[in-house]
Amino acid sequence: MTTYEETVAGQDAPGAAPTGEKSPRRKRKWRSALTAYAFLTPWLLGLVVITLGPMLFSLYLAFTRYDLLSPPRWVGLANFRRMFGADPRFWQAVRVTLTFVLVSVPLVLIVSLLLALFLNRGIRLLGIYRTLFYVPSLIGSSVAIAILWKQVFGTFGIVNRGLEFIGLHHGSWVGNPGTALYAIIGLNLWAFGATMIIFLAGLRQVPANLYEAASVDGAHVFQRFWHITLPQLTPLIFFNVLLDTVHAFQAFTGAYVVSGGSGGPSDSLLFYTLYLYQKGFVEFQMGYAAAMAWLLLAALAVFTAIAFSTARFWVHYGDEA
Amino acid sequence: MSTQTLETRTRTTGIRLMTQPSKSRLVRALARHLATILIICFLLYPVAWLVAASFRPDNQVLSTLGLFGRFTLDNYRHGLNPAPSLHFSRFFLNSAVVAMLAVIGNIFACTLTAYAFARLDFPFKRVLFAILMATILLPYHVTLVPQYILFDKLSWLNTYIPLVLPKFLGADAFFIFLNVQFIRALPRELDDSARVDGCNQWQIFRRIIVPLSLPAMGTTAMFTFIASWNDFLGPLLYLSKTQLYTVPLGLNMFIDATGRSSYGSLFAMAVLSLVPLVAFFLAAQRMLTQGITTTGIK
Repeated sequence: MTTYEETVAGQDAPGAAPTGEKSPRRKRKWRSALTAYAFLTPWLLGLVVITLGPMLFSLYLAFTRYDLLSPPRWVGLANFRRMFGADPRFWQAVRVTLTFVLVSVPLVLIVSLLLALFLNRGIRLLGIYRTLFYVPSLIGSSVAIAILWKQVFGTFGIVNRGLEFIGLHHGSWVGNPGTALYAIIGLNLWAFGATMIIFLAGLRQVPANLYEAASVDGAHVFQRFWHITLPQLTPLIFFNVLLDTVHAFQAFTGAYVVSGGSGGPSDSLLFYTLYLYQKGFVEFQMGYAAAMAWLLLAALAVFTAIAFSTARFWVHYGDEA
Repeated sequence: MSTQTLETRTRTTGIRLMTQPSKSRLVRALARHLATILIICFLLYPVAWLVAASFRPDNQVLSTLGLFGRFTLDNYRHGLNPAPSLHFSRFFLNSAVVAMLAVIGNIFACTLTAYAFARLDFPFKRVLFAILMATILLPYHVTLVPQYILFDKLSWLNTYIPLVLPKFLGADAFFIFLNVQFIRALPRELDDSARVDGCNQWQIFRRIIVPLSLPAMGTTAMFTFIASWNDFLGPLLYLSKTQLYTVPLGLNMFIDATGRSSYGSLFAMAVLSLVPLVAFFLAAQRMLTQGITTTGIK
């Protein structure tokens, strides 16, 4: 509270000086608020028209049946009842997405952390390496790479030719319901560079004197990693877990392109977002799609709340060390 | 006593490091480089293969794991002009227009909003900032259906407005936050002296904050460009006329329209679609490092 008052007072004094105007303090405060809101106008307009308004409208739609042609019809909890009780494809979409998130996010984090540790040994040419490692993240979410990936994991793709080389034979990965998801997990893992660069930047921030003290105490490599590096990196791990998970729940392009928009084979690539797209914009069941969207929002909100409430037990913030 | 032992110990480790034979260190450094290069080759091999395959005759595109073979430009010729009425360069032009508008819109909205949050005081600031932070994690699907309905009612389907307007209204909260953080770190003394010189808030913004936050704006521009160029779902929803298609939709149409026979032209167009991304990234990267060094010198 006091800091707020101080900053207001601090800003007012020099502002009034050049004009020499002795207007009441209140009027000046009002004017500066008006200026601030002038700067905020585009964002506030967007917040109401593009974000909050549509959010509330979609909450309403979640309880209706709506096909764009006739006006929405209130159906109460029917959409949710159908989702939970009578729609096996919905559960398939939940299963596919959860599997993807639970495998993909930890895999990306571990690989990026290991490679960041490996590269953080005062290696020369780090700038060039970093750029090259970033290239997959740059292009990984494009349709072009999804097309390529479909080939890489296809019957005559790079993966199979590589396996043949060492004497193993495997059918199409993307054509087989048991393995198609691996292709998308692989695509996501391939683009680990962005996460790795964040870890690399974090490793640079770890105070060198901590390591010196530890080596004086006779700590070996693993102990140094466990007691110094890892705790120092927890804020970044927290940040990456949160953002990567939220993004993984929203994966769409890869699954769409590899499955040709169907989510096949046998719905093995029916990601939640893909099913939502099919319901809303192919079958025009807008109410059902809105209900699915709100369920996703609720799930992510619960996840975020858990992440933040457990953060104080494991996320280490430098000052108290 | 303990400090004494500590000192002697550091001295001995220092000596041990100094006297370590430099030859083994060189070998270890070389091994490290070699391993790094191997990992990068492994990572980027599929992309190299895609580029190589796009230059092979159509019947040999998928035939080999290697990078070499007969060289032809036929795939690019066919890919760019698959039908008399259709030219793929049209999609590139469309994508470029959308991406440029998205970049301009995002920079416009993000810097204005970020300045207000970083430097000005106003009622409900904390509440609004909390809302801003919450919208960073908001899944876009929650607004997808109603936004579509809204743009449909406004007859904006098959225009670029639904793809671009949200950027001008600061819908990308993450970039606003990025700019807020950057502007907060700029020295406040500059604002104060400008205020003493008679600048109002707008002039402080234009003459001091904008020039100094060019690195943050460059980062915003780069990531907005990448996201817009790669965006698939947005154009898929809002554009149904082929003449308006962006590059990702054009590629997707290629998959649907062409059978197994013409992977060559599909690959060729896929390669072309990646060129602006890589080029923009390399250009922006140089600009960013320059921005950092110039502000560092100041």
